[in-house]
Amino acid sequence: MSALGFAAQLLEILAALALAPLFLGWVNQCRAWLQSRRGPGLLQPYRTLHKLFNKDSVLAERASPLFRAAPYLVFGCMTLACGIVPTLSTELPLSPAADAIALVGLFALARVFVSLAAMDIGTAFGSLGARREMLVGFLAEPALLMVLFTTALISDSTSLTTIVRTLSAREVGIQPSLALAAVALVMVALAENARVPVDNPATHLELTMIHEALVLEYSGRHLALMEWAAALKLFAYACIGIALFVPWGVAGAHAPLALLAALPLLLAKLALGGFLLALLETLSAKMRIFRVPEFLGMAFMLAVIAMLVNLLLGAPGR
Amino acid sequence: MKRERLRREAWVTHARALAARGGRLVALWGTERAEGRVLCAAYATPEGLQWAELPLAGEATFPDLAPVFHFAGRMQRALGDLLGLTVENAADRRPWLNHGAWPAAYQPLARAASGREAFADCGVIDYPFVRVEGDGVHEIPVGPVHAGIIEPGHFRFSIVGEKVLRLEARLGYVHKGIEKRFTQLAPLEAHRLAGRISGDSTVAHAWAYCMALEDAAGVELPPRAAWLRGLMLERERVANHLGDLGALANDAGLAFGLTQFSRLREDWQRASREIFGHRFMMDGVVPGGAAADVAPPMLERMRADGERLAKEVKSLRAILDGHAGLQDRFLSAGRLRPELAARLGVTGLAARASGHAIDLRCDQAWAPYESLEVRMATQRNGDVAARVSVRFDETLESLRLIGEICDKPPRGEHRVELQVPAGEAYGAGWVEGWRGEVFCALELEGGAIRRCHAHDPSWQNWPALEHAVMDNIVPDFPLINKSFNLSYSGHDL
Repeated sequence: MSALGFAAQLLEILAALALAPLFLGWVNQCRAWLQSRRGPGLLQPYRTLHKLFNKDSVLAERASPLFRAAPYLVFGCMTLACGIVPTLSTELPLSPAADAIALVGLFALARVFVSLAAMDIGTAFGSLGARREMLVGFLAEPALLMVLFTTALISDSTSLTTIVRTLSAREVGIQPSLALAAVALVMVALAENARVPVDNPATHLELTMIHEALVLEYSGRHLALMEWAAALKLFAYACIGIALFVPWGVAGAHAPLALLAALPLLLAKLALGGFLLALLETLSAKMRIFRVPEFLGMAFMLAVIAMLVNLLLGAPGR
Repeated sequence: MKRERLRREAWVTHARALAARGGRLVALWGTERAEGRVLCAAYATPEGLQWAELPLAGEATFPDLAPVFHFAGRMQRALGDLLGLTVENAADRRPWLNHGAWPAAYQPLARAASGREAFADCGVIDYPFVRVEGDGVHEIPVGPVHAGIIEPGHFRFSIVGEKVLRLEARLGYVHKGIEKRFTQLAPLEAHRLAGRISGDSTVAHAWAYCMALEDAAGVELPPRAAWLRGLMLERERVANHLGDLGALANDAGLAFGLTQFSRLREDWQRASREIFGHRFMMDGVVPGGAAADVAPPMLERMRADGERLAKEVKSLRAILDGHAGLQDRFLSAGRLRPELAARLGVTGLAARASGHAIDLRCDQAWAPYESLEVRMATQRNGDVAARVSVRFDETLESLRLIGEICDKPPRGEHRVELQVPAGEAYGAGWVEGWRGEVFCALELEGGAIRRCHAHDPSWQNWPALEHAVMDNIVPDFPLINKSFNLSYSGHDL
């Protein structure tokens, strides 16, 4: 492990922790603008986190240790996920520890703990949310895996750094297989991050919630960690999209100057991605929950087609 | 209004005969007079309103009307809580409005009760909900405290998976003793209380009360006063429909609809404040007429505002109708079939969306509607989409009516002096509010209010919501609930 690699890894994790709430704030701000509202400002998620960290955490009487541990576990999973997606540099010491499949596994691990914690208290909404989360999760995971497999086929490796290195080396242009995979990833990201049209992050209707129902019983620092983890997850998905489909500008190994240039470029890509997400959310209504399987089935199919196209037409840049 | 006394044997047969020829139950209430307790019912007949009375002379039970008119059930249970009157051989003896705030033996509406008695905590009354048994069936309790800022009510869902098998509502959390309070107010002041029964229907309730008082006093309303009241009632209808349309889009996840309709509603209410002095036009309707006259330039402005708003509403309707995701949520959600709606005695907007052409402004037109030719909006599907469509049609129709009222307002007084009769007098008021028919029955004695019963259409429509939700999925409930948008405060009183 080189010192530069260590620095890149540290920078990447710190950037994720610091930028994830900002990214969420940016998406919310764009939504507000598109709805002709003024919006709460970019820094609102930080204010919310600050508020929650300064509040006492109230626990239900029958809460088990699992309920208390879940926020830390989920937060840890999401931080690690952000750490292994190469957004700033392709030289990441953590990268050999977890490849693309392990990344999906990390999301799944977090999901299992969130759902268990939601059922732990025994309220109706917790179990309702857990059930829905599992419905979304078991359909979204295969689609995400297929997207990652498509890119893994192109680069002959499931290591995320290798994938990004290969993809960023090719010419700028649209590849049919990658275009299809990108659409599939967007659909999965909407479902996984509880965005419209699958879930409504701004809802106050307890019967329609998915993500909000899961964290309904949390308060104080636990809720802060859960919210931060949700922001990190959204950030991680945005970074996966950027790393796989617009990787140009990521610093390679032994390039300290490129690392400095990579950060502003990442910010620009995130800003554009966040705006597009907000636009998509503003234009769509929330679908009925039983349409979600169709929606995610479509995502899975697109990802499979992307892989077949890749096999039939041959990998680009090889 | 025709008032008639019935004998005990005739109480149910009379109701049956009325139902057979198209009559509807409007309200059911009890009163205590010198002769003893009297059970009262108001029926809508093709000839007009009928007020039927059943003197109980010391008896505490009365014949059950629920087999004839379904929604009478809850009002009969409320009678038990308020006046100690119960149905003969009642199967359902659960209290309805009393949540343990007063002992079962206390009757708040009895003459002997002052309404100011204080009771030590009577303990939480165990309220057994109807249980649904079966494989995989479980219950979700929702409320009375909700995640959003809405009124309190408890909903008990029996579900399997995401499918709702049964919904049972429990209301009464906002019971404030309004009917008792009426008896402590002077008749010429009590319209202000009527206007605060349900904030979204303040004009309708105040008008119904004033109509009842004017009926009892035998006062002829000057034409200009009726036109001003009509103006306010239509403005109230437009404001509520705009708010609901935005909220419906928002509950389906389309926040764009909420912001656009909120903007329109806000502008509309600010205009109401400028013209009538209050955003909701509270206290705009007073006994004998309207609180203030409207100057010709304001009428001109209202007409221009209405035309501009109609254009905006039409363009928003095109957007909402063309949005596939939104229509997928609206269509076939919360369907209330016409046959079921008829059986449940649904009223107002919800009835018109289920194929029932009932609108007092057309069927029983009173001043000023008798000269306005209201075009009734109806739909047959009875789903959320139908209720949305009726709201759009009614908004545009109300805007047209406002234009017509502003075009040719009759000259003359906007208010006349009203003398409260010194002896015993009865009056009834009946108005088509935005939610449905608002009714008020008034009994005066010695220049004071002996009994005033205000009836909100939510009484009829709450049971219908429980049926509309059946076989839908749990996450669709908020949308279906919003499409009815019933009042808790107006129901609990």
